[in-house]
Amino acid sequence: MNRWMQGLRELKGYPSAVGGLGIILFLVALSVYTVITIPYSEALDRWRGGEHWQMHPVNAGPVWADRLLGGNLPQTRVVESENAEVREAPFEGGKQVRIPLTFEYDNEGFPSELNLFLNQKGTQQEAFVRLTWHTPSGEAIPLGGQRVSEESRISISQNRALEGRLGMVPHVGLFAGDSDPADPEAERGEYRLTIDAMLFDPTAELEADLAVYGRVHGLAGTDYQRRDLMLALMWGTPVALAFGLLAAVGTTITTLVIAATGVWFRGWVDALIQRLTEVNMILPMLPILVMVGTLYSTSIWLMLGVVIALGIFSAGIKTYRAMLLPIREAPYIEAARAYGAGNARIILRYMIPRILPVLIPTFVTLIPTFVFLEASLAVLGLGDPQLPTWGKVLNDAQEQSALYNGFYYWVVAPAVLLMLTGLGFAMFGFALDRVFNPRLRTQ
Amino acid sequence: MTAEEPLLQATNLHTWFELRQWGFLRVGSVRAVDGVNFELGRGESVAFVGESGCGKSSLARTLLGLHKPTHGDVIFEGEHLSELKGEARRQYLARVGYVQQDPFGALPPFMDVRRLLSEPLIIHGVTDRDERERRIRKVLEEVRLTQVDEILPKFPHMLSGGQQQRVVIARALLLEPAMLIADEPVSMLDASVRVEILNLLRRIQQERELTLAFITHDLSTVRHYADRIFVMYAGRVVEQAPVERLLDNPQHPYTCALLAAIADVDADNALEERAVPDGEPPSLLHPPEGCRFHPRCPQAMAGLCDRQDPPLFEPEAGHYSACWLQDPERG
Amino acid sequence: MTDAREPLLQVRNLQLHYRTRRGTARAVDGVDLDVGRNEALVVLGESGSGKSSLAKALMRLLPRNLARFSGGVTLGGDDLMAMDDEHFRREVQWNRVSMVMQAAMNALNPVVRVGEQVAEPLRVHRGWSKDAAMERVVETFATVGVSRDFVTRYPFELSGGMRQRVVLAMALVTEPDLVILDEPTSALDVLTQASIMNVLKRIKREQGTSFILITHDVATSSELADRVALMYAGQIVEQSDARDFFHDPAHPYSKLLMDSVPRLHQSEPPGYIPGEPPDLIEPPTGCRFADRCPSRFGRCSEDPPAFELDGDRRVRCWLHEEGTDHDG
Repeated sequence: MNRWMQGLRELKGYPSAVGGLGIILFLVALSVYTVITIPYSEALDRWRGGEHWQMHPVNAGPVWADRLLGGNLPQTRVVESENAEVREAPFEGGKQVRIPLTFEYDNEGFPSELNLFLNQKGTQQEAFVRLTWHTPSGEAIPLGGQRVSEESRISISQNRALEGRLGMVPHVGLFAGDSDPADPEAERGEYRLTIDAMLFDPTAELEADLAVYGRVHGLAGTDYQRRDLMLALMWGTPVALAFGLLAAVGTTITTLVIAATGVWFRGWVDALIQRLTEVNMILPMLPILVMVGTLYSTSIWLMLGVVIALGIFSAGIKTYRAMLLPIREAPYIEAARAYGAGNARIILRYMIPRILPVLIPTFVTLIPTFVFLEASLAVLGLGDPQLPTWGKVLNDAQEQSALYNGFYYWVVAPAVLLMLTGLGFAMFGFALDRVFNPRLRTQ
Repeated sequence: MTAEEPLLQATNLHTWFELRQWGFLRVGSVRAVDGVNFELGRGESVAFVGESGCGKSSLARTLLGLHKPTHGDVIFEGEHLSELKGEARRQYLARVGYVQQDPFGALPPFMDVRRLLSEPLIIHGVTDRDERERRIRKVLEEVRLTQVDEILPKFPHMLSGGQQQRVVIARALLLEPAMLIADEPVSMLDASVRVEILNLLRRIQQERELTLAFITHDLSTVRHYADRIFVMYAGRVVEQAPVERLLDNPQHPYTCALLAAIADVDADNALEERAVPDGEPPSLLHPPEGCRFHPRCPQAMAGLCDRQDPPLFEPEAGHYSACWLQDPERG
Repeated sequence: MTDAREPLLQVRNLQLHYRTRRGTARAVDGVDLDVGRNEALVVLGESGSGKSSLAKALMRLLPRNLARFSGGVTLGGDDLMAMDDEHFRREVQWNRVSMVMQAAMNALNPVVRVGEQVAEPLRVHRGWSKDAAMERVVETFATVGVSRDFVTRYPFELSGGMRQRVVLAMALVTEPDLVILDEPTSALDVLTQASIMNVLKRIKREQGTSFILITHDVATSSELADRVALMYAGQIVEQSDARDFFHDPAHPYSKLLMDSVPRLHQSEPPGYIPGEPPDLIEPPTGCRFADRCPSRFGRCSEDPPAFELDGDRRVRCWLHEEGTDHDG
């Protein structure tokens, strides 16, 4: 429609519209990218946690923040036996294998954890491994030996005996070199973990992965379950936008149609709608949502339904009614009646389109309020149990006392995204208001 | 008037609006149209003249089927309007076109001309797009909006007042009506365009042999555009006559007052005050007893005019006046 | 009949332009006017001719998107354009010049009694006591034909005609020298219109007030006019004595306009002016009426100045060029 195109063209003159639209487009692009690259089921599956994340550090901060502050904290590295010079010496009924896992360490600070993943293939027999740690200065520290079955994880960091010997937690002590135990400093250079294994089956193979967990990870860091926060931040975008948009569309359209119906038919229809609205206006939305969430289900789609259902008879009806009342008496509506337009046609084709341009801005600014509502519910612990959302991240952060423990990124990232959403829609909406609402025009 | 059956007949037509308090307590009735009888022949142009609040617009809306008559009925082509339901009522609406006072307000501002002219056709079941386009182009030519391709995609606010009113007239003609009701069709237009629009209406009325009921407060424009005039006051027709006779030989004191109040342009107008009856039209909620004009009438006769409602007298053939002064028995 | 007198209001080359999205609209574009004492000047014009902008310019009720406001305005010898806004507002507005705006009767404050609203200019601009002001209000009400009982009524209790009288009383209560009336009767019925015009005639006769009556309605304008100024596209195309204008208009536009006025007792149907008035944003060069003018000729592509004709008549049309020669 011509008028809309004209309005859009006018929008270019408002920097806030351009800025707001930029933010919105960024969020939409992020959503599309997310949904394409990480399918819904996969996102749900990953967010459930577990094995997928075992190579990720716990509670690591974002890399860029550390680098920006001139830090050089370690990122997670995995040293795999595939690339190592494995030496095998067969003996009767088995073979002896030596796997040296070598890596360069030149970061500041210490790794956050050390784990060795062993995987013996081709046999049911348990193997026996002995581990020796070689520091750059040539010191060899025995880490003890143990039996391993098919798949096993040796948590070097959890080795209490070693901790006792070193006087420090192993992932610090093994890297500290000769430095002062009170204020240890990481020794740089080539480290080696030698695995001497006795396999009691000549056909057996042993694979070993040494995970040296870092203290920083990716763009967003990780949470207490090793999950990459990026997943939640990315998937939170389409969820937030969809929730906000559907709730805004649902409430606006139903409210508008109901208001127009009341205005058009007047009499008891209008009176009934007015009374329902008044009752609904004093019902508090949040407690009802909390109640539904606690007693029934916290599925985001159920919440969306309840939000729309409660929004149908919202205060908006009063506003729309006030806008529609003069339109009801407009001569063009009388003309429409005189050429035989029916009630439904008058309401939908003649009354509602008249106020739509004025409503578009309200509609746009309504979207973030529903985004915030969803986030608030999630923060209150009523978020969708499966979906990764911004609110859920905040909820987790709060439960894990993220700020107390210094995991600021855990709180800041979802909060910034929420604010960015609000800001984008608000900037765009207010500019739209100037364009479509002539009373606000400066000229 | 012709001898054949009239196109439209209003018999003892009353349109009252109930005044309610709190939505249900009846306080009284506004008697907008209060006992009106007339017949309109085919191809006739008539003017209803009166001040605001005299009921002329309510009468127009009643004829259009927008208000239900409280008593009496409108008989159109032999059918009683109050008995029409559903499809028959829609057919009636197609037979009566409506031209409103405010051309800009009469056009939906969010539809372009093509769209808003399609609306009546869509409602009346013209589903074929080409057929609609053909009919739209035809009426636009008829109202002399000849640059059709330029006009069709425009929105009402891009048109001048005169063009808007032409579009309104085109819309009224789309459904091939037998009658056109024009409620103050030119009062919101500039003087220079008024005559153009009135000429257009008159020409279309004559070419299509339409019945044109033309509602106005301005007697000075009536002469060339109507065959008969009905003068209305406080919900009633007080005088009716062919146009020349009414303008040149008014009978009812109210008509006389109206005519005396209108200036034919003259520099001498500024020199003297005009005779204007005191007071204002009566409340339609509590109209005065007897003749409704008697409180303001300079010739009111005590004991008669304030007691008894005057019937329509016929002081000359075809010229009716509801005033006791014309009572032949008074001598 | 106005020759001998010194004019009360003199307007010279008044310009009022404002910015719109499409460009600068020249609503008033070089207007010269004289209004004598006890004289009624009618400014006639179609909608969009700039006549209401002219009234607002005279009252200095300027729009926010003002682009240009210049020219000379003197009232009783005082240079109004030289006054600052504050001075103008205190000394001139309402005190010496008052105005009845278009549709002002619908702009009365619905929650204030009409008497108090009418008294407001006295209380605010003159600092009168409430009693003195009310006494004056009652007097003014009597002049405009409103019963004194109405002083304590609210606007919604009054009919349209009564409200228009109240608005008129508001303009008259300070006894200004000049009253500007912008379409004072256009929304009213014939009888009400006539009685309001009667009131204006009486005030002019009894109080010696000058009027500028702005209207599009030629018939109504003849009820008050001593002189007529016809506006077209921001300019005054003809300014003459009312008798000359109504009976022997000089400008082709005036002729066509007079011909389009319906008359009660006239056997020929009235004529009309084909075409549309030009855009105020980019008015045509040359004569602005040329496009619609039946007697245009080569010269019309140049902008005609106002030629002085006999009988204090000024016409902006090349057809009257020789009129200057006759005159001088």
